[in-house]
Amino acid sequence: MRRVVITGTGMVSPLGCGTEVTWSRLLEGRSGAARVTTFEVEDLPAKIACSIPLGDGSDGTYNADQWMEPKEQRKVDPFIVYAVAAADMALADAGWHPKTDEDQTATGVLIGSGIGGLEGIVEAGYTLRDKGPRRVSPFFIPGRLINLASGQVSIKHKLRGPNHSVVTACSTGAHAIGDASRLIALGDADVMVAGGAESPICRIALAGFSACKALSTARNDDPTAASRPYDRDRDGFVMGEGAGIVILEELEHAKARGAKIYAEVVGYGLSGDAYHITAPSEDGDGAYRCMQMALKRAGIPASELDYINAHGTSTMADTIELGAVERLVGDAASRISMSSTKSAIGHLLGAAGAVEAIFTALAIRDNIAPPTLNLDNPDVETAIDLVPHKARKREINVALSNSFGFGGTNASLVLKRYA
Amino acid sequence: MSDIAERVKKIVIDHLGVDAEKVSEGASFIDDLGADSLDTVELVMAFEEEFGVEIPDDAADSILTVGDAVKFIEKAQA
Repeated sequence: MRRVVITGTGMVSPLGCGTEVTWSRLLEGRSGAARVTTFEVEDLPAKIACSIPLGDGSDGTYNADQWMEPKEQRKVDPFIVYAVAAADMALADAGWHPKTDEDQTATGVLIGSGIGGLEGIVEAGYTLRDKGPRRVSPFFIPGRLINLASGQVSIKHKLRGPNHSVVTACSTGAHAIGDASRLIALGDADVMVAGGAESPICRIALAGFSACKALSTARNDDPTAASRPYDRDRDGFVMGEGAGIVILEELEHAKARGAKIYAEVVGYGLSGDAYHITAPSEDGDGAYRCMQMALKRAGIPASELDYINAHGTSTMADTIELGAVERLVGDAASRISMSSTKSAIGHLLGAAGAVEAIFTALAIRDNIAPPTLNLDNPDVETAIDLVPHKARKREINVALSNSFGFGGTNASLVLKRYA
Repeated sequence: MSDIAERVKKIVIDHLGVDAEKVSEGASFIDDLGADSLDTVELVMAFEEEFGVEIPDDAADSILTVGDAVKFIEKAQA
């Protein structure tokens, strides 16, 4: 199998537009949570979310017009624009702009989303009901389909290699990066643009996830304190939005063109809980086997793990994941730092695994573990350092990122410092 | 330019994101204004909505320019 490295990153997150601005704000301990003001929330149980900061593009704000012409934006859901923006940033960061037929066909795209264009589907439903089928836009379907994020990025940059997508709820971003890495490892592509995008901050998503009892509803008046993974007073996740995209590249391809290398993707594990549609199995077996498979693929013992970017959504499931990690690492628990960056950016659903894989790569690059905000009173005792409140400088050479999704779908990525 | 022509022109400018001076009567949606086949479907829907007329598919297929649209709507409203 060929080796795969990360040579570029891009993201649109609740902490800002861009990888570095997000990362520095994350390390400062800033939260992206606020009360929703863009639509009516009075009748919704959850009235808060981690929204992307909008603006003219300066100071880390997101200006959609910089990434897609307004007349094109009108035809697609925001998740597609987020994906296009993050992919543009990632390709620029990697310095990869394929011009020849050979380079274009060697470069593929694999971007997923958990739900896709939810709000656009709702609006088209109203149009159908109120005005009839002749008023449903020809752009309704191509503007909502999840794989159209991959399609739009491919068209914009003439990337003619494998064009694929993933839909595995909150594991989407991690599965996309893992699967894309395999396409490179197996020789189907030399470069892959991979990740996830999601735009779920709308009434129907807040209503639906509230009905699943998944969202925090206790801190509508104190939004930045609402996402509190591992804390005994946590009561659900805070909805986020955005996109995370990495450029994955075959190692020799990257070296030959002198690309900078963030980290090597050395392990990828997948498993199914086969238990419940929304709840993880209480023994954490699915999570455990997923992490174990990723480490086995990496050929790295659990005792060498330095950092874990947890799935840690700020729900009851946090302690199940923690238990699975403790079982995995055994006596090595005390050397491991494990944090949930969802404490700062909320839960980006299908984009979460991709954004968090980027954080994991940056943790290796900068030897620093980002913090778990609001962890005032840990729910359970553990020897694992949960990095409460403040980022921790420490040596990080091997790191794992977990993502677990509705339906009992699990993904783990293992990244390693490239030296 | 007639009121209908002005309104058609405005819809074309809004939907295709083109400069007003390009939207002449003889301008072809696809050849001159950068529309694709889906854009033209949406334009016809917008004309129907704006003018309260029905443009059947076979008629829509013959509306290729700004002038074609104006003529069809004038006739339909006459």
